[in-house]
Amino acid sequence: MTTLTKEAGAPSPADAGAFLSVRDLHVSFKTEDGIVRAVDGLSFDVQRGKTLGIVGESGSGKSVTNLTILGLHNPMFTTVEGEILLDGQELTTARESDLEKLRGNKVAMIFQDPLTALSPYYTVGRQIAEPYMKHMGASKKVAWARAVEMLGKVGIPNPKERAKDYPHQFSGGMRQRAMIAMALVCDPDLLIADEPTTALDVTVQAQILDLLKDLQQEFGSGIVFITHDLGVIADMADDIMVMYAGNAVERGTTNEVLRSPQHPYTWGLLNSMPRLDSDLGAPLAPIPGAPPSLLNPPSGCRFHPRCTFQDRVGGTRCVTERPLLAPDRASACHLTADQKRSIFIEEIKPRLG
Amino acid sequence: MTEDLVLPAPRDAAPEVSGDPLLVVEGLTKHFPVKGGFPIRRTVGAVQAVDGIDLTVHVGESFGLVGESGCGKSTTGRLITRLLEPSAGKITYSGQDITHASRKQLAPIRSEIQMIFQDPYSSLNPRQTVGKIISGPMEINGIQPAGGREGRVRELLEIVGLNPEHYNRFPHEFSGGQRQRIGVARALALEPKLIVADEPVSALDVSIQAQVVNLLQEVQRELGIAFLFIAHDLAVVRHFSHRVAVMYLGKIIEVGDRDSIYTRPRHPYTHALLSAVPEVNLGDDETVGRERIRLAGDVPSPINPPTGCRFRTRCWKAQDKCATEEPPLIQISGNLAGHLTACHFPEEPTIEARDEDIVLDPALAALEES
Repeated sequence: MTTLTKEAGAPSPADAGAFLSVRDLHVSFKTEDGIVRAVDGLSFDVQRGKTLGIVGESGSGKSVTNLTILGLHNPMFTTVEGEILLDGQELTTARESDLEKLRGNKVAMIFQDPLTALSPYYTVGRQIAEPYMKHMGASKKVAWARAVEMLGKVGIPNPKERAKDYPHQFSGGMRQRAMIAMALVCDPDLLIADEPTTALDVTVQAQILDLLKDLQQEFGSGIVFITHDLGVIADMADDIMVMYAGNAVERGTTNEVLRSPQHPYTWGLLNSMPRLDSDLGAPLAPIPGAPPSLLNPPSGCRFHPRCTFQDRVGGTRCVTERPLLAPDRASACHLTADQKRSIFIEEIKPRLG
Repeated sequence: MTEDLVLPAPRDAAPEVSGDPLLVVEGLTKHFPVKGGFPIRRTVGAVQAVDGIDLTVHVGESFGLVGESGCGKSTTGRLITRLLEPSAGKITYSGQDITHASRKQLAPIRSEIQMIFQDPYSSLNPRQTVGKIISGPMEINGIQPAGGREGRVRELLEIVGLNPEHYNRFPHEFSGGQRQRIGVARALALEPKLIVADEPVSALDVSIQAQVVNLLQEVQRELGIAFLFIAHDLAVVRHFSHRVAVMYLGKIIEVGDRDSIYTRPRHPYTHALLSAVPEVNLGDDETVGRERIRLAGDVPSPINPPTGCRFRTRCWKAQDKCATEEPPLIQISGNLAGHLTACHFPEEPTIEARDEDIVLDPALAALEES
C-alpha cells in the first residue's frame, strides 16, 4: 500500500497530540432555495484514545461535519473550505482514491441505523471481512476468520455460525454490534460514531455504550461521538463540543461543560431535559422558539433570537457581532466570564435540582 | 391466556387523583396471526403482542406506559382506542363495555377518546390546511360550537401556543414541534376525556420536547383530561405521569405510583431499565451512583415468548420456578399500596449502587475482566 499504510505496532506515546484537527471548516450546500451554510467556521481536535462528544439538535451541523471528514458529501452541490488534518494529511483537497484508502482503515464510521447501513445482499461475515481484505491485503480465509473473531469480541453469541447470516436475521442490537465489528476490523485510529445508539432500546443502548468504551480501551482509537442526548455524552465523552446552527458554542472537558456550563444554549439544554432525579413540582424550562433555518441564519450570535440573556450583554452586540470561540475551555457568548459564572450559580443551577 | 383473567381486580386510585375509574382494561390480549406455508398460507403462529394486561385509568389521571420496542405498549394504545380489534379481554370505558362495540355504538365514545401520534409528519394530511385538520373532528361529529368552528379552531391554536392567524397554512410550513402542537389541538377539538398519546415527543429535538411536554401537562391539569401516556423515555414518563406501568413482552410486569416505581422498584426488569438510562450527574459528589445492570442480548421474540416469567431468559435471579410458573401481578410484601409486581424473586426496593455491578452481557464481562 501507499504512504497511508499504518506503521507496525501500537502508536507511540509521542503522537499523543491531536490526531484529527479540523480548522475553520465551512461546509455549504447549494439547494433550490439557496445556499445552506451547514457548518460555519468550526475548529476542533481529537486525540488518540480520547472521545470527543459532539452534542446538538438536528440541523446543528454535527453530522455534516463528520460526513465531510470522511469525504462522503456530494461534491456536486457541496462547497468545503478550511482544513481537515488527519495525522498530518489534508483531507479537504485529497483525491477520492486517497480517501478510499483511509475509509474503513484509519477512519471508520458507525451509523445510526444499522439496517440501512448494512447491505441486505451480503452475509454479515462477508461485510466485515471486506475492508480487512481490501486494506490489509488479507486472503479470504484469513479475513473471514478475523470477521468471526470480531463478531465474538462484540458479543455475538456463536459467531462462527452467525457470520453466515444476513443482516435481516440479526436483531437491532446485534446489527449495531456487527457495525461496530466492521468499524473496528482494521483497528482504526479514529472512529466516528454518528448517533450509534439512537435507534436502540435503553437496555441495549447501555450494553452498546459500555461495549464501545471497553473496546476503545483495548484498541486505543479516538472516537468522535455524535449525539443529541446529554446523558449519553456524559457517559461516553472525555471532551464535549456543543453545536448550534453550524457553530460550536461551547467546548471543554465533560466535567467542565456539564458541571459549570457557560453558554446560554447549554443551560437551556440542561434545563429542558427531564432527568430521573429532577424536581417534579416545576415544569420543564424549554428553550423558547425553534432552531433557525440555515438558509438565512440570524446575524451576530446565532442563538440570540432564542436567548433570554441578551439584555445582560447590553447594546446590540448579540445581534451584530458574532462571538468567537477561543481554543480549549471556552464558550462563544458575549457575556463576561463573571456574568456567566454568576448566572449559572444563581439562576440556572438551582433549577437543575 | 385465561389464567390472567382471574388476577386480582384493578387497584386503588393514586393519592393525587380522586377520580372514578374512567377506563378499565381487563385481560386485554392481542395476537397477530403469522401466516406461512405454500401453496396454501396457513396460520402458523401468533405474535403475542399484548397478552392479558389489566390497567385502570382514572378520571383526570395521567397513566404512563413504558417499555422497550416490541413490548406491546403501542398495540395497547391502539386496542384501547379500538383502532385494533382485541383478541380477548375486556375494555370498559365509563362503565360501558366497548371491547367489541360496533362502529355505530362507538361513534359517541370516539369523540371522548382521542389520540396523539408519534410522528407529526405522517399524522397530518399534507393537503389540508391547519384549519381543516383541526376542525375535521368537529365536522365528522356534527358539532357546531358557539362562535363557529373557525372561532373554535383559532381558540385551540391559541391554547396550544400557535398563532391563530396560521389557520390557512399547510402542515409543511411548520416545524416538527409546531406540527405536534397541531396534533394536540386536533385531539383537544372535541373536549375529550381521555387522550392516548403514543410517543408524542420522541420524534422531537430536546429543546422542543420540553415545550410539548409542558403543553401536554398544562392541558392535562387545566382541562382535567386523563392521559394514557405511552413512551420509552423513562425520564419523560416520570415527569408526566401520576402512575406508571412497565411492560415487557406483552405483559405488565410492574405498576404503581410514580415515586414508588422510580425509587422503590421491585421487578428486576424495572431495575435494569432504570439503571440503563444514561444520566447527567450534576451533583458534586462523583461517588454517589445508581446501580449498574447490563442485560445480555435483546428482548426475545413475541412469537415464541419464554414460558413462565417472560423476563427469566435475561434475569440474573431466575430459578426453575420462573420457567414453570408465571408470577401473578400482585402487591408483594414491602410494596407501597397500589404498587404491584409480577416476580417470584423481587429485588430490594432501592436504586442505589450495589456492591457489585450486574453484567450479564458476555462480551462486556469478558472485556472488563481482562
